[in-house]
Amino acid sequence: MDDRDRAPNGDGGREGESGSDPNRGSDPDRGGDVREEILELLCENARHSTADLARLAGVSEETVEATIADLEGEGIVQGYTAIVDWDAVADERVRAIVECNVTLDRETSYDDVAERLAGFPEVEGLQLVSGDYDFALEVEGENMREVSRFISDKVAPLPEITQTVTHYVMETYKQGGYRFGDGGDDDRLSVTP
Amino acid sequence: MTLSPSDRVRAVPPSGIRRFFELAEELDDVISLGVGEPDFSAPWAAREAAITSLERGQTSYTANRGMRRLREAIADDAHRWNLRYDPDDEVLVTAGASEAIDVALRALVDPGDTVAVPQPCYVSYVPGVIFAGGEVLDVRTRVEDEFRLTPEVLSEAGAEEADLLVCCYPNNPTGATMTRADLFEVAQFCLEHDLAVVSDEIYADLTHEGEHVSIAEFDGMRERTVVVNGFSKAYAMTGLRLGYALGPGGAIGAMNRVHQYTMLSAPTTAQYAAIEAIETCREDVVEMQTQYDRRRRYVLARLDEMGIDCFEATGAFYVFPECPGDDAEQFAEDLLEAERVAMVPGSAFGVGGDGHLRASYATGLEELKEAMNRLERFVS
Repeated sequence: MDDRDRAPNGDGGREGESGSDPNRGSDPDRGGDVREEILELLCENARHSTADLARLAGVSEETVEATIADLEGEGIVQGYTAIVDWDAVADERVRAIVECNVTLDRETSYDDVAERLAGFPEVEGLQLVSGDYDFALEVEGENMREVSRFISDKVAPLPEITQTVTHYVMETYKQGGYRFGDGGDDDRLSVTP
Repeated sequence: MTLSPSDRVRAVPPSGIRRFFELAEELDDVISLGVGEPDFSAPWAAREAAITSLERGQTSYTANRGMRRLREAIADDAHRWNLRYDPDDEVLVTAGASEAIDVALRALVDPGDTVAVPQPCYVSYVPGVIFAGGEVLDVRTRVEDEFRLTPEVLSEAGAEEADLLVCCYPNNPTGATMTRADLFEVAQFCLEHDLAVVSDEIYADLTHEGEHVSIAEFDGMRERTVVVNGFSKAYAMTGLRLGYALGPGGAIGAMNRVHQYTMLSAPTTAQYAAIEAIETCREDVVEMQTQYDRRRRYVLARLDEMGIDCFEATGAFYVFPECPGDDAEQFAEDLLEAERVAMVPGSAFGVGGDGHLRASYATGLEELKEAMNRLERFVS
């Protein structure tokens, strides 16, 4: 937690419509959208206990449980993960961002290509992006050779793929809103008026 | 003549916080809920503007009243609180809101004038009045009123006879805020009994329930009020030392006369940061306020679960619980000693603060959780 950037993310205030079910989407105790508040809290720290989420959002624990169940059930929350600075553990795993260009035809859409790429366990992330290339893949492997082989053996040979450019990640400075490395020391005086 | 302190300086009581600060500094692993400033750093855009101004060599004095562009930005920003001031002669940029308060008191108070100071309050008002040669009239706000200022407590203290009122809402140390209706009553009192007002609204942006209202917005109040605000709390720019005062031209002119001979002009680097802050950092302020509000709810819930009485503080980043022990100063010391959690005894903030503790939630959530766990262990 100490590594959290002490400056705010600046992603703005929370405004949103209330949920359709008055007992779930908003709490009679206070205004605002409880769903959105709980989502934000989970994004900051998915390990908050139910009791803490209730205290932080100012709602009952039952409301928290029900809201999370809804969010999971509706597929809004797809999963929970940790933000790990792998360089800080002995693990020598390698990450790469791979640019992929594709050509489409009448029978093949972006979704079809994405479906094939996303199936590989080596692909940690996959996004269709605007600009010079089409797909941004995030690939992870034990070492550079493994990643390279995966690209040349599995990705490049796909008939729709016309070109790949692989960028190995050399250093991660910030991920998921968290700054890596030290810093975040509280240099304030311990007691001030 | 020897270098002995003047009578005015000696008339100021020693800081109740200083001793506690020294106690806390001696110990390791202290989680401090005694800090009166944000735990965030200033928004990056504001810091970057400060850096850029230095790179460009913009290190000269500015106009005494502050850079024109900053005064315009401040005047525009005050529209959010229904306040309209002319950037030419009704805005003064100061080295922190603290300077604005000092300058206001020195510019407006004559020797023998009576200044009503609602307490518990921030520690600089009483010394400021004494340095200006005025007489302090203690006004004791009450926990039953959730530490709001009311005509009743003003009357109780005899504030009808006072010349000036210094008030601060949202309040340090209590976290109390005033609704429009509450404030209207106080404004009527001031109008009826001809009190001028210095209104310290440094925590205006940290109003967690309802909206901030300035006492200067009521009919007849603008002419008799100096509004003080700044960048320290909302923009987490405490160390940059930048505040401002808004008021009628006569009062601001008088304040500027003191300011120009003491400060000359507010720090130039900070003024560049402040322009950027007002123009582009609103979202950062909202995000920080959101974080404070969550922590506020968290701390209030935990105190409630521990059975510690605390009114629902709705502003700034403080809660002001009643002390579970008989003696708040002793309790704070014992808590610090045993559990390494620092809270400031309420008595450090003037009359009416005794029997309470000020807990600041301008601390990361994980530290806050741990501090509450330790407090719970201590009181059970």
